Amino acid sequence: MAEAGAPSVLRFENVSVSFDGEAVLTDVSFEAFEGESRVILGAAGSGKTVLLKTALGLIRPDSGRVLVFGQDLSKMREAQLFDIRSRIGMLFQESALFDSLNIAENVAYPLLNQKSIRCPKSEVQGRVEEALDFVELGGTLDKFPSELSGGMRRRAAIARAVVTAPPLVLYDSPSAGLDPITAHTIMALLIKERDMAQTTTILVTYRYQDGNLMANFRYNSKQGRLEPARHWDGPLPRTTFMVLREGRLIFEGNQDRLESTADDYISKFCKRRE
Amino acid sequence: MVASEFGEPACLLDLLKEPVLDVQEFVVLAGRAFRNIFRKPHYFDDVILQMDRIGVGSLIVVALVGLFSGIVMALQMSRALSQYGEVEKTGTLVAITLARELGPVLTAIMMAGRNSSGIASELGSMKVTEQIDAMRALGTDPIQKLVTPRLLATCFMLPLLTIIADFVGLFGGWVISVAKLHLGSRLYWNSAWQALEWNDVAQGGLIKPLVFAVVVSLIGCFYGLRTTGGTQGVGRSTTQAMVAATIMIFITDAMITEFFVSQGTS
Repeated sequence: MAEAGAPSVLRFENVSVSFDGEAVLTDVSFEAFEGESRVILGAAGSGKTVLLKTALGLIRPDSGRVLVFGQDLSKMREAQLFDIRSRIGMLFQESALFDSLNIAENVAYPLLNQKSIRCPKSEVQGRVEEALDFVELGGTLDKFPSELSGGMRRRAAIARAVVTAPPLVLYDSPSAGLDPITAHTIMALLIKERDMAQTTTILVTYRYQDGNLMANFRYNSKQGRLEPARHWDGPLPRTTFMVLREGRLIFEGNQDRLESTADDYISKFCKRRE
Repeated sequence: MVASEFGEPACLLDLLKEPVLDVQEFVVLAGRAFRNIFRKPHYFDDVILQMDRIGVGSLIVVALVGLFSGIVMALQMSRALSQYGEVEKTGTLVAITLARELGPVLTAIMMAGRNSSGIASELGSMKVTEQIDAMRALGTDPIQKLVTPRLLATCFMLPLLTIIADFVGLFGGWVISVAKLHLGSRLYWNSAWQALEWNDVAQGGLIKPLVFAVVVSLIGCFYGLRTTGGTQGVGRSTTQAMVAATIMIFITDAMITEFFVSQGTS
């Protein structure tokens, strides 16, 4: 499955996680390579969010190893994890913006608090404005999260996740609970970030449309919008689909294989190709 | 057969396991919070903000409680003292009771009601909305950023509030002494002042408030940070924090008082 020459960015080796004796992830193994997009599909409670939090070192596995940029997280102390985390952007499911800080302070937070970022204070404001312009929220610097709509909060959280230009970005159900138009806007931003910053993207979702967009569209920076990938002559990022069911990884492969599978559970997420 | 023979002790051990784990978790949290006082980064802005919220925000409530406890003490004590013809000792009793017990305990209980629950609900809301996880993901230790500033702020403010409550309580006692008992101001303040020893000031103005401050702040943080189960969980943590902090205030008060009494200094 290895990409030709691309280094490994995220690797799960037989990872199991349980809470109060109840298995949440069971023997999960996969490897994501630089520049790759991974779409992880699964129903509610299938372990998608736990998988992302384990990848970030927020949850420690009961067994198995998690390697991020070749470093084993399971052996690291919390203070050591901060360095690794500064190279990972994370969009939480409910945005997780800090209520007590305004949008500009929220987006500036990783620049000011992640030791390994070392952003001079004089540059913080410029980078915050740049990140908010990227998500088209330039006029909201002084607003508080409670003053924004759900979609705007999600966009502000994307700005906070990518303001440090991390090479790996994890998105936890970015379109959950949003109307179709806003959900499409959010997905367009994810694809824009992936294509403009060349990031490795791990997207967790229960919506197959999100994965379909990720796999078949690219961001045209000249026209400033998404376009079907078939119109593009250059190299495209590879998109791999994974399906989780009750904490087990039951599918890993490309979109063609996903749509051809006869598995009933997987077929619930995507239209089966006859 | 074996299972049934050992079933009962195993069940008892299971019952004990959870509280023991809770205590262990609390001790670890307290240890990390104290250790962070001497570690960088220091969030001085947060300490000042919390001092304002916890201390200045509680000032009126604490002053009112102090005032009325002084008034009630003066009324009750004068009634008891009148049986022995010693009404002029009202100031002595009000001062000793307030400085040693009522001042620190009532102030701490008000702080538990206002701040343990407030801290638990604030941190609990942050926990259930993944803000604590986001903090860790963005390079900040939540204990350093959230718990240590609250601990420091409460340790600074609770002794100050206790002293204010004591003085306002003495003032309340003076109002009753002068207006109702017709004692002279000089007599009241002299008897109150002479009754107090340095030991009372140390015990009631410093040691007890400091111990109560640790209890109030850390119990609020402990219950807040272990919140699960959405908004319902936040409500549960808030109540648990207030109840646990209040009970612990009485338990630690009894222990400190017993210590001072056994030393012959109380």
